Amino acid sequence: MIRTEELLLNVGPQHPSTHGVFRIVVKLDGEVITEATPVMGYLHRGTEKLAEQLNYTQIIPYTDRMDYVSAMTNNYVLVHAVETMMGLEVPERAEFLRLIVMELQRVASHLVWWGTYLLDIGAMSPFLYAFRDRETIINLFNELCGARLTYNYMRVGGVKWDAPPGWIDKVSEFIPYMEGKLREYDKLVSGNEIFLARIKGIGKYDAETAIDYGLSGANLRCTGVDWDLRKAEPYSLYSRFEFDVPLGQNGDCYDRYRIRLEEIRQSLRILKQAIVQFPSSGETMGKVPRAIRPPAGEVYTRIESPRGEIGCHIVSKGKAEPYRLKFRRPSFVNLQILPKLLIGETMTNLITILGGVDIVVGEVDC
Amino acid sequence: MGAWLNGPMTWGNAVVIFLWGAVFLMIVLGFVTYAIYFERKVIGWMQFRQGPNRVGPLGLLQTVADILKLLIKEDTIPRKADRLLFTLAPILAYVPAFTVLAVIPYTQKLYFADLNVGLLYYVALSGISTLAIVLGGWASNNKYALLGGMRSAAQMISYEVPLVISVVGVILLSGSLNLRDIVEAQSGGWFWNWNFLPQIIGFAVFIIAAVSELNRTPFDLPEAESELVAGYHVEYSGFRFAFFMLTEYVYVYAIAALTTVLFLGGWQAPAPFLEFVPGILWFLLKFAFIVFFLFWIRATFPRIRVDQLMGLGWKVLLPVSLLNVFLTAVYIEVFIKG
Amino acid sequence: MSEEEKKAQQESGPADAEKDEKQKAAETTPIAEAGQTAAQQSVEAADPEKAAKLKAAAEARAARAAAKAAAETAEAAEASAPPPPSPKQPELDAVTALIRREVADEALEDAYINELNGHMPTLIVKNEYWRSIAELLKIENDFTYLRNVSGVDYETHLEVVYHLVSLRSGRELAVKIKADREKPEVSSATPVWATANWNEREIYDLLGIVFPGHPDLRRIMMPDDWAGHPLRKDYEPLDSEV
Repeated sequence: MIRTEELLLNVGPQHPSTHGVFRIVVKLDGEVITEATPVMGYLHRGTEKLAEQLNYTQIIPYTDRMDYVSAMTNNYVLVHAVETMMGLEVPERAEFLRLIVMELQRVASHLVWWGTYLLDIGAMSPFLYAFRDRETIINLFNELCGARLTYNYMRVGGVKWDAPPGWIDKVSEFIPYMEGKLREYDKLVSGNEIFLARIKGIGKYDAETAIDYGLSGANLRCTGVDWDLRKAEPYSLYSRFEFDVPLGQNGDCYDRYRIRLEEIRQSLRILKQAIVQFPSSGETMGKVPRAIRPPAGEVYTRIESPRGEIGCHIVSKGKAEPYRLKFRRPSFVNLQILPKLLIGETMTNLITILGGVDIVVGEVDC
Repeated sequence: MGAWLNGPMTWGNAVVIFLWGAVFLMIVLGFVTYAIYFERKVIGWMQFRQGPNRVGPLGLLQTVADILKLLIKEDTIPRKADRLLFTLAPILAYVPAFTVLAVIPYTQKLYFADLNVGLLYYVALSGISTLAIVLGGWASNNKYALLGGMRSAAQMISYEVPLVISVVGVILLSGSLNLRDIVEAQSGGWFWNWNFLPQIIGFAVFIIAAVSELNRTPFDLPEAESELVAGYHVEYSGFRFAFFMLTEYVYVYAIAALTTVLFLGGWQAPAPFLEFVPGILWFLLKFAFIVFFLFWIRATFPRIRVDQLMGLGWKVLLPVSLLNVFLTAVYIEVFIKG
Repeated sequence: MSEEEKKAQQESGPADAEKDEKQKAAETTPIAEAGQTAAQQSVEAADPEKAAKLKAAAEARAARAAAKAAAETAEAAEASAPPPPSPKQPELDAVTALIRREVADEALEDAYINELNGHMPTLIVKNEYWRSIAELLKIENDFTYLRNVSGVDYETHLEVVYHLVSLRSGRELAVKIKADREKPEVSSATPVWATANWNEREIYDLLGIVFPGHPDLRRIMMPDDWAGHPLRKDYEPLDSEV
C-alpha cells in the first residue's frame, strides 16, 4: 500500500529569503502547505526593557536598529511622541529637514524591498539596480549625518545636524533621476510575463480581513481601504503638500507591488514640493529644556513608515526615563496574517507572499 | 577522420583514441572553466558591476581558484545519508554529459563518432542525468534536497518530450538522424537555408525546452537558491559538488553544440562569399552566441513556478511541437515530394 | 493639572471640580488676614510711633497680600474655571453612555480625556465586562481597527491598554483594563479583533498577563522554556551584570 506522509519543513532561521533571522515551520503535503507557524524572537534584543533605564535622547539610537531599513521614521516616531507630551514646538527648518529625510528614507526602503522581492522571485539583476539607486540616497544621508544605515539624526525638539551647503541641490537632482529609473524599472519588470504569472492573484485577502488583522501600509491599501496616516492623521508638515495615496483593488501581491512602486513616485512628488518650500535659514533645534522630562501621563503617537503604522506608546512618570516605552511595530502586526494566507499555497508562493508583506525582522522582534 | 575511425582496432589505434578522449576532456574542462568565468562577467556587466577581476589578470584565474578550493575541501557525507547512492549520484550525472559529446560534428572532417542514430543517442543518454539528480536528492537525507530532486525529475521528464518532438521536424527535413547528415542538409550557401528559419516553431520550442533541460533560469527550480537553498545539491560539497557544476556546464556545451548543429547550420558559413573562413570558426562563433544567449536569459528573467512550468511544458510546448511536426510533414508531402 | 486634581475631576465630572477649586481658594484668604491682625495688635501695645510705622508697613503688606491673594484666586479660578471642554468630550460621553446602556452601569470604572495625547478619550473598564464592551465597540460604534495593545507594569498592578480607531470617522479611543499583580487575567480580545492575537501573546510572554479566551497563548519572543516575565519591574535577569 502506498502511504503519504506530511513533511515538516523548517524554513529558516537561516534562509536566504526570510528577510532576516526568522523561522516558519511548515507542514507540507507534497508541495502544498497545510499549516504554517511562524516562530520569531531570534532577534529580540529587549529594546523596550532597556529603554526603561535610558533617557529619551539615549533611546534614539536604539530606535534606529529596530527597523534598520527605515531608520529615520523610527527616530521620528519616538521624538514626535516626546514632543507631543511636552508640547514642544519644532522650528520650521528642522521640520522640513525631518520631512525630506523621511521621504527619502521611504524611497530607499521601497527600493530595498523591490530589489529583494525580485531576488526571491528569481530575477537577479533588479536587485543591483535598486541598490545602485539606494546608494545615492545613502550617500546623501552620509553627508547629512555621518551614517549610512543607523542615523541617530533626530533629537527631541529638532534635528542634530543642519544640511551642509549644496545638500538640498543634490536632493533635487536626485528626483528626476529616480523618476527616470522608475520608468525603466517598469519597462524591465512590471510587464514581464513570468513575473506577472508569479504575482497576480497570489496572497489575496479582502478589506474586512485586513482591518480585522490590523494591517497597515501597503498591505491595507491593496484592498482598497484609504488609510494613510500622512493624510488621515497628518503629522509633521504633510498637510502642506499635495500627494496621492495609491490604492489597490484586489488585495493580491501584484497590487501591493504596484502600490509600493507608486508610493516611491508620490514620495518624489512630496520631495519636489518640500525642496521648493524649504526655508533658506532657520534653527535646527527648538527650545528644549536641558533635562527632557515629559509630564506624567501617557501618549500614543503613530506615523506612517514604509511598512505601515509605527506607533510609540510612552507612559511617563515625569522622570527623564520613560516608565514604559512600547513600540507598535508594523512588521510584527502585518505578519500575523501570514499563517492564514499560506494554507493551500505551494512552497514557492510562500516566498512570494512573505516578500510581499515586506517585513524587517529587526522590527518584528524589537 | 572517418576513414581512420573505420580502420582496424590495433593497440596503437586504441591508445591514440584514448589519448584523443583525454585531450577532448581537457578541452571540455577548459571550456567549462572559462564559460563560468564568462558567465560571471557577462551577468556582472548586465547588473552594472564588473564580474571577477582580482584573481589573475582580469580575473581570468577566478574559476581555477574556485575549483581548487572545491577540490581541497573536506569530503563530508551526512551521517544518515545513503553512502553508495550519495557517492554514485555525481558520477552518474557527469558521465552521460561527457559521453553525449561524442556525436557532435565540428567540421566536415572533425568528429568523434559518426553514429547513424546520433540524435537518438544524445537524447537517450541525457535522460540518465535526470536519474542521477533524483538519486542525489534522495540520498542526501534532507527534505530540501528531496523536494529539489522531485521537482527536477518532474521538470526534466516534462521537457524531454517537447525537446525531442521539436527536433522531429528537423529529422523529417533532413531525412536522417545522423548529425553530420543534418548539417549537410542545411548547406545552400546562405543563412536562410539553415533550419532555424524553415523550422522556426521547432526552434522556439527547442530553445525553451533546452533551457529547461539545463535547469537554468527561468527554469532553475531544482536549485532555486532563494527557496530551496540550493535544492538537490545542498548536502554536496567539495569535489562532488564540483561534479554537479561540471555536469551543468558540460550540458550547456552539449546543448549549445546541438543547437548549432541542428538549427544553425553547424560549420556552414552564412553567405557564400564568407566561405574562406574555416568551418570550425563558424561553428565556434555560433556556439559562443548560443552560450551568451543562455547567460543573457539568466540575468534577465525571474523564475517560473513549478505548476506553471508543468503547465507550460504539457499544455503549450507539446501541442505546439506536434503542430510543427504536422506542418513539416504536410510541407514535405506537398512541396518536396509532390 | 496635578494628579489629585485630575482624579478629583474624574470622579465628580468637570462641573463639580470648579466648585471645589473656588472653595479651596476662598479658604486660604481669611486665614492670612487673621494672622496679620494678631501681629498688629501685639506691636501697637509696645511703641506708638513704631506701632504706626509697623501698622503702615503691615497695612501695605496686607494690601500686597490681599492683592496677591486676589490675583491667586483669579488665577485659580481661571485655571480651573472649567478648562474649555475638550473637543473630544462629546465623543467620550457618547461612548460612555452607550456602554452604560448596553452592557452594564458599573462596567466602566472611569472615563476621561487624555489631553497630552491629543485629547484621546480614555476608558478604564472592568475585566468581567471587557469582552462584551469589545464586541459592542466593534459592532455598534465602528471601532473596527485595533491599532495597538500594550501591557504596562505599574508596581501595584498590571494594566493592558487597547488603542482603537474608527477608519471611517477617524475617532479614537483608548481602553484600559487593570489586572491584579498576583494572578493577572484580562479577557482576550482576539475573538473580536484578530490582530490582538500576537499582541496579547507578546504581553503574556513579557509581562505574564494571562488572556483567557485566547486561541493559542504561548510565548512568542522568548524561548518556549523561559522562566519569568522579562518586562516586569521585579524581573531578575539571568545575567545580572549585563
